[in-house]
Formats: sequence, structure tokens, C-alpha cells
Amino acid sequence: MNLDFTKEQDMLRKSVAEFLAKECPFETVKELEESEEGYNKKQWKKMAELGWMELYFPEEYGGMGDPIMNVMIIMEEMGKKAFPSPYFSTVVQCGLVLLEGGSEDQKKSLLPKIAGGKLLMSLAQYEEDASYEQAGINMPAEPAGDHYVLNGTKMFALDANVADKLIVAARVKDSGVTLFLVDAKAPGITTTKMPTIGMDNTCEIIFKNVKVPKEDVVGGPGKGWEILQKMFPKAVILKCAEMVGGCRETVDMTADYAKKRIQYGKPIGSFQAIQHYMANMLLGYDTSSNYLYKVCWMVQEGMDVSKEIHALKAHVNEQYKYITERGVQIHGGVGTTREFNMGLFYRRAKAYEYVLGDTQYHYEKLADALNM
Amino acid sequence: MDFEFTKEQEALREEFDEFFRKEMKHAPKEWAEGGLEAMYHTDEGFAFHDQMKKKLGKKGWLSRAWPKEYGGQDAPLIEQLIFNEVHAFHRAPGVDNFGVGMFAPTLMVGGTEEQKKRLLPPIARGEVQYCQGWSEPDAGSDLANLSTQAVREGDYYIVNGQKTWTTGGHRADHMFLLARTDPNSTRSRGLSIFNVKMDLPGIEVRPILYMDKGHITNDVYFKDVKIHASELVGKENEGWELTRQTMNFERSGVAGFVEGKRTIAELIDYAKAHKRNGKKISEDPVTRQKIAKLFIGLEVGQTLAYRINWEQQKGGLIFAASAASESKVFGSELSQQVANVSTEVLGMYGQLENSKWAPMDGKAATHYQFCVAANIFAGSSEVQRNLIAWVGLGLPRTK
Repeated sequence: MNLDFTKEQDMLRKSVAEFLAKECPFETVKELEESEEGYNKKQWKKMAELGWMELYFPEEYGGMGDPIMNVMIIMEEMGKKAFPSPYFSTVVQCGLVLLEGGSEDQKKSLLPKIAGGKLLMSLAQYEEDASYEQAGINMPAEPAGDHYVLNGTKMFALDANVADKLIVAARVKDSGVTLFLVDAKAPGITTTKMPTIGMDNTCEIIFKNVKVPKEDVVGGPGKGWEILQKMFPKAVILKCAEMVGGCRETVDMTADYAKKRIQYGKPIGSFQAIQHYMANMLLGYDTSSNYLYKVCWMVQEGMDVSKEIHALKAHVNEQYKYITERGVQIHGGVGTTREFNMGLFYRRAKAYEYVLGDTQYHYEKLADALNM
Repeated sequence: MDFEFTKEQEALREEFDEFFRKEMKHAPKEWAEGGLEAMYHTDEGFAFHDQMKKKLGKKGWLSRAWPKEYGGQDAPLIEQLIFNEVHAFHRAPGVDNFGVGMFAPTLMVGGTEEQKKRLLPPIARGEVQYCQGWSEPDAGSDLANLSTQAVREGDYYIVNGQKTWTTGGHRADHMFLLARTDPNSTRSRGLSIFNVKMDLPGIEVRPILYMDKGHITNDVYFKDVKIHASELVGKENEGWELTRQTMNFERSGVAGFVEGKRTIAELIDYAKAHKRNGKKISEDPVTRQKIAKLFIGLEVGQTLAYRINWEQQKGGLIFAASAASESKVFGSELSQQVANVSTEVLGMYGQLENSKWAPMDGKAATHYQFCVAANIFAGSSEVQRNLIAWVGLGLPRTK
């Protein structure tokens, strides 16, 4: 057992933190939240130059072949800065789907573009009933000669408004859930950004007679759910890393405030009521971060995480909400304002709970995995 | 980063496991209900603990983590964690944590050579049973407020006062006592540590019965008790500092999480095997969710314990100190939730202790009553949270 990060990993963390501190202070985060595109193209280009996007792709697809734990470190640091970018949708979700299920041609043509920061992608999985399950994917893909025709509405697709390509989950009769690579600007596609708590690029996508050539199926008809399931644990870990980073920042920010804010002639951090909230917050962070590292290590080693992955997301969901809610409370009135930064994290905690499964969903899945 | 145990460590785990699997077959029926009560309440229960202690002593397992010079094997703390996990899973007795975990490190740091030679080997061999002489009626969470006096007269100290909440005081043959040797001192200054034989004239042990009538803790009265000066451990009046220095034993709290996992597994078996209102209990969505939540707590708690063990091993004591408080408060409150959910899942059977009708040997009912004590003893949840805020986050100390 060795529970320390390597020196290289410490350096990676430091360089990500320094870059984000310089490039994206909280004022910039708020500006990006209010912009239509929701991210900064120049920052995106620089991130690609720093190698963040190619990190875990195998070398034959223009990557560095790094372990997933290195990506986890990047995501943790992004979480600390509440950094808005299409990294999760493009590099993590779509990158993993292509890696796990794409043909050689698809991987060779698309992954190097993602690695170079030249391609943005979005995964369109969910539909109007907001189900996380396979049974929730019902948009039809009708075969017609050498292509399929997509009709229907996809919901809660991240960064679809800025994506160049979509990976769309739809149902092919007699085959089942199938993934399609679709040009985001193809005729018949209407993408609308929805106003969300997270002020992020969460989109509705309407498909009206959208034609997709058969060679743009990912992994074959009926293989969609299996591929999504392969993406799932890694993507959960990386989203949780972002959330855990937010937990850390909230704990630190709040402890600083509690040391400085004077009431009744004393720092409020000297009051037991505040101390006990803060002890719970630190406990929430320490249990979340250590469990994140453990489950990430398990995935890296190829171990079965059928229980752990649900335990992780449910725990981090709940702790991030608790920590940020107490963070607002301890900050008092200023914690509720747009000007102050606490609200960035409070809102993200809720927004990220919905990504890859809310707490209810993961409790139920965990009960299944426990053989109940 | 790597959470893997080595092959040698896995082999060690297997060796511990085989031992306890075999030994626990001989547990008396009093043992099945579990908890500290099983160990201290009945003669049969304590005898089972006592013989197990001697067997563990013979194997050298009580003192594995001690330095070689004191008869130990210098085993790394991770091996102690493995032992604690297996021991907890089997709900086994045989470890006198007051002697092995608390007083022995105190002796190693502060004892004279004569004391180390005289007192450590019997602890390692499992021949003695210690109790802890700290709490007093007016010194609980505020331990530094203690007032038991030890006044030097010639070669002896004369001790007068009262200790309380003394766990296993009625079973122990020794106590490590914290008493005030400087009568003009206040708070943490002027305190000293003594090794005390419980059969000295003037010591009287009176039971404090737990709410379920179980005999675990005691009041211990000292009336003109003569303790030889050679039993003073460490320097006179510097007992507080020595006490603070001896926190180096494995204190990740891993045991509670492992034991909790076993309880959850038993509970799941019960829920799958029993129907209520025509439906398997395990199919009830509320029950499923409650059990899932407990499992999550136990998982993340156990992983935090690994981190504490790791930090302690490499000397990251500040993190370890704060996180050990986190583990204690989290573990004891989670244990209470385990008791709550267990008694809920069992329905009306959740109230039964010693009965042919009692599911899971009545553990749920015993646990439900005892779990509230765990939030109080060994530093209440409130004191632990203060420590986490001060040490872990640097918030100003409450005056």
C-alpha cells in the first residue's frame, strides 16, 4: 500500500492549478457562465497545448497513455476553480465512448482531433422522461438504405450548443440501443441551450429526419448500452473528481472566512456551532476524496467496481451538496450573492448531482449490486 | 497511489482469519449478542476473553507492532490494521486495548528500564488485564479538571479520590491511573501516571449498571491507597505530556467499519429470507435505500481508516490526529445508524435480546442500546468535532 501521489502527479496538479488560477479567476468563471458559448476558446486551445486532452488516450491515437488517475487530478483542480469548459463532455464522455466502442477509423480520425483541441463533442443520451436507464432510450433510428433516420428529442446533453459532433443514443428496431456519430450542424438538428441551476451548456436537441450514414454507427447496432456502460465508471470517477475539488475549495474558502469574520468581538470560527459544521464538512471532504482515490485506483487496475461506483457517486453527490449548503450558511448573507463565489459551488453541487445519476438512482443500483 | 496489500500481507490476513475462525467456534452463548457486555458482564464471557488473550499472547500477536527491544516484532502499522480488521470481523475478544494499546506505549516512551522489563512482558503474554483510571465525576470531556490526589510520603504515594466510567474495572487486575501529584496545580499541569494493582487495600470497585442492566463500567474509589514510588511512570507532574505522546498505536478506527459491514451482510440475508405483508423485506424500496446508505458509510469510513493508518505510518501525525477524530465521530454515529436500521428491518423482532425468537442472536437490540455510549466514551462527538476544527482546519480554539 502506498497512498501518496507520485512526484510527477504532484507536479501535474501544481501546473493545472497554476494555469487555472491565472487563466480563469472566479470573475472570469462568472463571465463565462453568462456567455452563450459557456467556455473560452483561447483557454481551450492552451489546455490542448498543455496536453490535458490527449493525456489518457493511447499513443497510437495521438495520446500519452497516462493512467486515469492523472485525468482525475486535472478534474479535481478544475473543480476547485469551478472551471467551465467542454472537457467532461468532449474528452471524458465522448473520448471514452470512442475509445471503448469506436472502429479503428473512427478512433484514428477523431481522437487526435480531440487531443489537439480541434473537435468538441457532446453525448446525447437522455430523453424527456429523464431516465438514466437503458429503458429510457427510445428515440427511434429507422434504417433506410445505406443510412439511418433519426427523429425525436434528446435532453440534458452537455455542451451540444458548441459541439462539432454528437454521439447520439437511439433505438434500432430488433437491435436495441445504438450509438451514432452525427454532425452537430446536420440538417434537421435544432439545439437549444436550457437555463439551468449550473448556468452551464445543458441542451435540448430536436432531431427531424436527420440522416446518418451506416458507417457512422459506433460499435455496431445494438451495442450502444454496452459501450455506455464501459464509459460509465470512468466518467463517474472523473465527474466525482471535479465535485471533490469543489468540496475542497468550499471547505478552505469557508474556513478562511470563519477565521476572518468578526462578530461579538471574535472570529465566528471560534464558535462551536460553526466549528461543528466545519468538522462535518471536512469529514465529508476526507471521506469523499479518499474513496475517490481508492475507486479510481481500482478502475485503473481493472478491478470490478459494480458496488463501489454507485457508492462513490451517491456519497459525493450528498457530500458536495451538504458542504456547499453549510458553506453558504457560514458565510451568512454574502454567501448568497452573485458577487461572492460561494454560490458558484452551491449551484454546481446540484447540477453535477444529475450528471451520470442522482443519489436516488445510485442507491437503487447499489442495492441491486448488494444482491438485495 | 496503490491500495493493494502485498502477498505477505494477504498471507498474514489468512493466518489471522484461520485462527479466529477456529477459535470463535468455542464462543459461549453469552458472546453471541456482542458488544462490550459480552466481554465484561458474565464470568463465562470474560473467561472466553481471558483464554483468547493468552493464546494471542503465546502467538506474539498482541505485541507484533511493538519495537523488538520490548519483545515485539516491529511490525508495520499496516499489519496491525490487518489484524484489527480480521479480529473485528470475527467479533473476537482477546485484546486488552487498555494494556496493549494505551499503557504499553506509555511505558515504552516514559517508563524506566526496570518498569519496561517488569511490566511489558506480562502485557505481551496476555497475563494481565488493565483498566483506565482517567475519568472522574467532574472530569469527563474536561479531563484536565481531575482532582484525585497522590501525595508523596516517603517511598509511597497516598492516593485519595474517585474514578468513574472505569470500563472493565471489576475484571482488571491493574489500572493506569492519572492523578494530581502537585496539590497546588490546576488543569493539565501537576498530573502523574501510576501503575496500580487493583488488589491494593483501600481500592473499592462499585458497578455502574448500563441501561440494559449490563455490567461494563464502574466507579473506583481510592481511600488512603499506598502506591510504591517505583510505580510512578514518567516524570512526576508531567503525566499529561506523556499521555499526549503515546498516541502512536494504530488508531484508524478500522475495526468498527469492518464489523459494521458484517452486520449489514447479515441484515441483507435476513431481509432476503423473510417476508412481511407478503413481500420480501429486501424488495421494499425504503429498506433498500437505507441499507445502501449504510454500506456507503462503511465503505468510505474504511477507506478513511486506511488513509489514517498510512499517514500515521509515515509520521503525518497532524493529519492522522485530526482524521482519527473524524473516524471516531463518523464511525460511532454510523454505528448508531446501523443499529437504527437493523432494528427497523427486523420489525418487532428488533426488540428481542436473549430469545429463541431473536434474529441475529439479539445483536440488534443489544447494539441499539449500547451504540449511544460510543458517541460519548473515548472523547465525545462534540469534543472530537472541536478537535477536527482546531487541528484539521486551524479554527481558533474555544476558550
